[in-house]
Amino acid sequence: MRDCYTVHKLGQRDENSMMQHVITIQDFSRDEIDRILNRAAELEPVAHTGSSDALSGRILATLFYEPSTRTRLSFDVAMKRLGGDVIDLGAVETSSAVKGENLADTISVISGYADAIVLRHPKEGAARMASEFSSVPVINAGDGAGQHPTQTLLDLYTIRKEGKLNKAKIALVGDLKYGRTVHSLAHALSLYDAEIYLVSPDQLKMPDLMKDGLIESGTEIVETAEIDDVIDVVDVLYLTRIQKERFPDPSEYQAVVGSYKITKETLKDVKDNLIIMHPLPRLNEIDPEVDASRHAMYFRQSFYGVPVRMAILSMVIG
Amino acid sequence: MKPKPDEHNDRELRVKRITNGTVIDHITAGQALNVLRILGIMDRPEEVVSVVMNVSDRKKDIVKIEGRELKPEEVDKIALISPDATINIIRDYEVVEKHRVILPSRIEGVVRCINPNCITNTDEPVKPKFVIRRGERVELQCVYCGRVIADRIADFLI
Repeated sequence: MRDCYTVHKLGQRDENSMMQHVITIQDFSRDEIDRILNRAAELEPVAHTGSSDALSGRILATLFYEPSTRTRLSFDVAMKRLGGDVIDLGAVETSSAVKGENLADTISVISGYADAIVLRHPKEGAARMASEFSSVPVINAGDGAGQHPTQTLLDLYTIRKEGKLNKAKIALVGDLKYGRTVHSLAHALSLYDAEIYLVSPDQLKMPDLMKDGLIESGTEIVETAEIDDVIDVVDVLYLTRIQKERFPDPSEYQAVVGSYKITKETLKDVKDNLIIMHPLPRLNEIDPEVDASRHAMYFRQSFYGVPVRMAILSMVIG
Repeated sequence: MKPKPDEHNDRELRVKRITNGTVIDHITAGQALNVLRILGIMDRPEEVVSVVMNVSDRKKDIVKIEGRELKPEEVDKIALISPDATINIIRDYEVVEKHRVILPSRIEGVVRCINPNCITNTDEPVKPKFVIRRGERVELQCVYCGRVIADRIADFLI
């Protein structure tokens, strides 16, 4: 993204470096996000079935210290659709990490092998640190409960493609306290003058600090515990997993999960153009019978990870 | 006239004046030892350091360091825990420079991150870094994980 990405200088080892990384969505302005989404739209036909030689001869290293299906495979596909190659750390158990090698050294080594690094790591801030030790661009594919900027970008792409992004009315539903996806998405939506409905049980409400930030940015937010309060108002219903371990009492968990489940019945009064999104994997948030509905967008959303990651790779490496 | 108990006076001074060096005055009461920690002065046995705590009605601490003139960039980070502190450079018993500490916009290696899962709280070769914001209160935001320390900053001094 040499033409559009403002490097987050703080924390860079070499402040004069032209290195470009994708670490958090907060590092991007609306214009920069728009350029990525535009590039993704150009590349979408290639993502479906085509191929390109845009990154021919270039190598992407994928380092996943935590499990991943969609993110890892979609980066892999994105690089290959652009004509590049991928090297993979493989299972952490078979890497130098088991010999006690720290992440900083691993990054220093791998950045000598590849043109860019995709990193998922259980520690928050790992990608920012990796960017300080890497001589090639680092793309954050999730750092603990921290950031997952490419997920946010593909969410924005989906909303723009399948609905409307500017001034969208969007409900974020589920675990708004711990969910990194909704935190990053809410921030990004605030750049597009969204009206955000926060729907969660009391114990999983969005942290005040984050809400204050949204309000300060001029974003209209409405908080409720009832999905019925918002479902016929919004253009986008963004669901997230509610994890059992967040509840000390299992019966409380069951009650909450039941009240947030989307079924065909739930959807009877919604807007015609409502889209339902989910970062996946889902647990019980969406009844499988909804999958065939015109509102269901989560599998297409998952696919859009490919063109969006193609756009990012082409702008970082190309 | 009899001097007030805490007035600087040769007969009444609890700690004698220094010939050359630095006097850090108006330190928030009780924070003098943390100031020494931040400045790394406790690890430097070659310097004579005097600490006076809970001075005067205003309840402040004072630190005097003999034979060493601290530079503003060395001292400004104590503004984290003592925003009203003043720095006096002493030469031949005279105050030749005096200024208030200025909160820097970022600090490195002074405070550890509040987030136990932050990459800086591991064995990785990385020093904790924070962006500092000063609104109604001082807030530190970790450059790596983004978590904010807003209360009891002194508890997180390295």
